[in-house]
Amino acid sequence: MSAAESKKEKFLSGISAGSSVHSTTAMNKLNGLDFPTRKTEEWKYTRVSKLINSNLTKGEALLDAEVFSIQQLDSYKVIFTNGNLTHSDLEDNSSISIRRLTENDVLLNSQANEEEIFTTINLAYEHGGLYIHVSSGAIIDKPVEIIHLVDGKNTFAQIRKLVVLEPGSELQLVEGYYSSEHGFAFSNIVSEIIVKRNAKLHLDKIQSESEEHWQINSEYVYQEQDSSFSINTITVNGGMVRNGLNIVVDGSNCETSLNGLYYLKGNQHVDNHTKVDHKKPHCTSSELYKGILDDAATGVFNGKVFVREDAQKIEAFQQNNNVILSDEANMNAKPELEIYADDVKCSHGSTTGQFDNDAIFYLRTRGVGEKNAKNLMVSAFAEDVLQHVKNQPVRTHINTLLKTRFDWKL
Amino acid sequence: MAYTENDLKEDLKGKEYEFGFTTDIESDKISAGLNENVVRLISEKKNEPDWLLDYRLRAFRTWEKMEEPEWAHVKYDKPDFQAISYYAAPKQPKVLNSLDEVDPELRKTMDKLGISIEEQKRLSGVAVDFVMDSVSVATSFKEKLAELGIIFCSFSEAVKEHPELIKKYLGTVVPMTDNFYAALNSAVFSDGSFCYIPKGVRCPMELSTYFRINESGTGQFERTLVVADKGSYCSYLEGCTAPQRDENQLHAAVVELIALDDAEIKYSTVQNWYPGDQDGVGGVFNFVTKRGLCETNAKISWTQVETGSAVTWKYPSCVLKGDNSSGEFYSVAVTNNFQQADTGTKMLHIGKNTRSTIISKGISAGKSQNSYRGLVKIGKGASGARNFSQCDSLLMSDRCGAHTFPYIECENSTAKIEHEATTSKIGEDQLFYCLQRGIDEEKAISLIVNGYAKEVLNKLPMEFAVEAQKLLEISLEGSVG
Repeated sequence: MSAAESKKEKFLSGISAGSSVHSTTAMNKLNGLDFPTRKTEEWKYTRVSKLINSNLTKGEALLDAEVFSIQQLDSYKVIFTNGNLTHSDLEDNSSISIRRLTENDVLLNSQANEEEIFTTINLAYEHGGLYIHVSSGAIIDKPVEIIHLVDGKNTFAQIRKLVVLEPGSELQLVEGYYSSEHGFAFSNIVSEIIVKRNAKLHLDKIQSESEEHWQINSEYVYQEQDSSFSINTITVNGGMVRNGLNIVVDGSNCETSLNGLYYLKGNQHVDNHTKVDHKKPHCTSSELYKGILDDAATGVFNGKVFVREDAQKIEAFQQNNNVILSDEANMNAKPELEIYADDVKCSHGSTTGQFDNDAIFYLRTRGVGEKNAKNLMVSAFAEDVLQHVKNQPVRTHINTLLKTRFDWKL
Repeated sequence: MAYTENDLKEDLKGKEYEFGFTTDIESDKISAGLNENVVRLISEKKNEPDWLLDYRLRAFRTWEKMEEPEWAHVKYDKPDFQAISYYAAPKQPKVLNSLDEVDPELRKTMDKLGISIEEQKRLSGVAVDFVMDSVSVATSFKEKLAELGIIFCSFSEAVKEHPELIKKYLGTVVPMTDNFYAALNSAVFSDGSFCYIPKGVRCPMELSTYFRINESGTGQFERTLVVADKGSYCSYLEGCTAPQRDENQLHAAVVELIALDDAEIKYSTVQNWYPGDQDGVGGVFNFVTKRGLCETNAKISWTQVETGSAVTWKYPSCVLKGDNSSGEFYSVAVTNNFQQADTGTKMLHIGKNTRSTIISKGISAGKSQNSYRGLVKIGKGASGARNFSQCDSLLMSDRCGAHTFPYIECENSTAKIEHEATTSKIGEDQLFYCLQRGIDEEKAISLIVNGYAKEVLNKLPMEFAVEAQKLLEISLEGSVG
């Protein structure tokens, strides 16, 4: 056995292999895959050696996740603790079905079988699963709230979600990621989302795990004609968070909107990878990712927009702004465009800098303390992204999380 | 009937490479293949001292262990390094004192290239170091420069006459271990140009080299080293062409610029290597390593107009080591037919208050692929560093591609980095406006493209700007779709 293989075996020794056909296929594929290194272009700025050298085990589901649910939000609630589906307002009516993911749920989205090792591990080994299906033409008025809670006892939590929106349907999803205050744990989450013709999905993702927690979150979205998909990724806390957002727009007249906010301190590392693949003409996509980095935090933004041959009249915009507050902090940005059609409007912009000292000075002359002046600047900077969170209780929840973590007194 | 886009396309399909001619000069070419003996042979033919042979051998051994890089966004059949002849010098009986001694055939080539040395001398006062198949054949204006203490000569001559300078600076900016092609070049470089500007001297004229690959089945491996001593200034021009050939020719050059305290170097390139025919057959592989080092208060400015080569792989970079130093990169890269370009720059901010500007304009037409790949790295100590990057791409057909791969790495909280990129095609309203004012479509396109590239063309020295503008027109005529 080679060193790489024994490393893989050791890393996965704490969890058990899945039993479905898909798991077996994934297991075979896993044999040919290696963990990413510095040389792996997609992981250039994110090291995983600390993770793969740790001893992880399957967690017990004992925690109370209710405390993390969003106040005053009327929702269908689904709770995962340590990767196991422990509570759910199960629904199976004519418009929506929320249930446990079974072995028979065929993978509709083949792109999730990409050569990405963590996605393959997710499928090959046991995972908690959720299946949400919205029937044709159904507009779901209550959001589905998914809470993930992981215990910091070297827990290895695996979750897989499949969300299917039939033609003309609408759904709002709110995902919250939390953990116990201390201890190392790792969540490996894969979501497959299919948005069919004229359907509309909005997703708010709130990440607020402990500074010792690791999370690799991969989303595979497939959009059909006339559909709309939007996501807000708000990273408030988490030791190492990697968000891999892969969107294939395979129909014309689609809208795609990706927004992200990351506010990091301590030794946090957040890596946002987005990939929007425009395969058909007449679509728009817009991306706005903003980051604030304090202490020794490191941030990565890698946005990629593909416009395939003949996908004319695409408008794709991508923006990434970063503010660095400390000399120890570190930001790596890589906004990419790969364009194979000519009648398109694509642009990206990326900036890295500081807050305007004049603005801070102005606030101080008006009697605002230095710390509050900075916080005010941060919140103004973040507002551009947060304004896309339209659901008021969710917005309030995010503000509370930010206030607690960064001691905002605004 | 009105002249339509299609007519224009037809006209252009037949547009042949204007510099496709070969010169019949007896050439001293060694047989193909690469091994230690070939390296020794090159060194021996050039009567090189032992230290240089040793340098070449070390580079060769490093190269043997290296693998050809594959990360660039280009596809091509890798050159067979054993099928290339690594040395082809036009046979010259002795060192030349005046132009009259140059082979008339060679003179004709120069005339065809439109860089007739006499004319250059008379009209623009440009000193030309003409490198044909790797060996420098004529250097003009030498005496005039010598009065100011400026050394401008072929690399081999510099090795003989100024070994101390070569020894001191060779490989300091691009070490032989830098990359696959830099190592190859370090092992087999045939000739090139060397330039040294002494302290406080402002070079009164534009220094210029013209490269031309003549012999078939040869690779051009030239090496350029420009050293600007404290407080000096020079502007250096480099132009490249190659005759039409079906097989791919390899060009792997290394250019090192060293700007000591308060010095300034302006390096301009017009690259027009044979791009292959309209079916993508033949053309030059242009794999070049260019890098400059800036000491305190120094400035290096790269300007390039890239219209040729089947495959281009080139990233002129600046190492901003000294405080307050600055780097600039202005580029226009045009690809047509099956050309592929992966080009950009690296700005490495190390010193305090370092500044860099990147303006890159890509134009792709036909079935070509044009990529910008760049790195802006702000080191921990580079407080107050400032970068501005702008990469625009213009698409002229629905079968071409334009790509942007910028890497931005920031480790300092006082740095300010801005990057923006756009991709679009020529606006129909712009075209319409021109047509409506009585400007025909072809002229209108050329007008718009030149306007688009103006920011960069403006940075070129006069004579070059005119040539570059013409080149743009030639490469793009009728390619709007």
